[in-house]
Amino acid sequence: MTVLRLIFDEFVGLFVDDEQLALSILAVVAGCWLVVHYVHDNSITIGLLLLFGCLGVLMASVVKGARR
Amino acid sequence: MMTWATAAPAISATFLASIVEVVEAFTIVLAVGTVQGWRPALAGTAAGLGVLGLLVLALGPVLDKVPIQSLQLVIGILLLLFGLRWLRKAILRAAGIIALHDEEQAFAKETSLLQDAARKRISHLDWIAGLAAFKAVVLEGVEVVFIVIAVGAGRGLLWPAALGALAACILVLVIGIAVHKPLSRVPENTLKFGVGVMLSAFGVFWTGEGLGVEWPGHDAAILVLAAIFLSAGLALISLARRPVEIAR
Repeated sequence: MTVLRLIFDEFVGLFVDDEQLALSILAVVAGCWLVVHYVHDNSITIGLLLLFGCLGVLMASVVKGARR
Repeated sequence: MMTWATAAPAISATFLASIVEVVEAFTIVLAVGTVQGWRPALAGTAAGLGVLGLLVLALGPVLDKVPIQSLQLVIGILLLLFGLRWLRKAILRAAGIIALHDEEQAFAKETSLLQDAARKRISHLDWIAGLAAFKAVVLEGVEVVFIVIAVGAGRGLLWPAALGALAACILVLVIGIAVHKPLSRVPENTLKFGVGVMLSAFGVFWTGEGLGVEWPGHDAAILVLAAIFLSAGLALISLARRPVEIAR
């Protein structure tokens, strides 16, 4: 069971290392989904929103990591 | 239809990512083989590869049944979580904020653990050694399987992606068997940075496609996204090297 638990933890750890980074990425995607769903806009604007949202999240996470 | 604009990044992403993971697994298997002999090391490795094979066989039919747009969205989000995590860590390592992964150290640690167990005359030592090899192969292999599926499943590129991973496995094994010591000279962080850039680009592309975005240039947009993540990553490395200035 310990091995299975370790494998499961490792699998979750593939995607979630810094919880704040993971939650911020999900928030960016959720924001884009809301725009697509309610504004009915799925043009390149959504792509740019997604791209720059992810870059912003990455930058904030790196700056936070550098300050620790 | 498969184009080189999507196939080349998919193959190179799985190739480079697999080098990183296979090197890490090889270090542990080598430590097990050196201390306890090759029988438990190879048995553990074979069992690990068997589990990974079953995982692929189980996931394959499931992927075929999921509608392509939902698959792209789910895989895109997972790639964003995975790719940006790798990219963040590689940036902080390149900036000297967190320590680089050291294969010599990993080899010494595993060797010392097994030697300790041998000194204490622990029974079933072969079993413990085999389990160490099994864990290393499964844990690192799961990452390879995920990357192959993630970059390959969205556009019917599973075979090219799998070939990239297989080529990396063969390369690491051939070099590893020839030098017979941990492959500590592999520029692991540079590879992780490159893979983080590519997986993040794939992540934005697939998530966008899953949301219904029509990217200009279609698949070629992945290369543009990768160039943007590369520039941002390099800029963030120099920014992170000056944390005092950032704090002001």
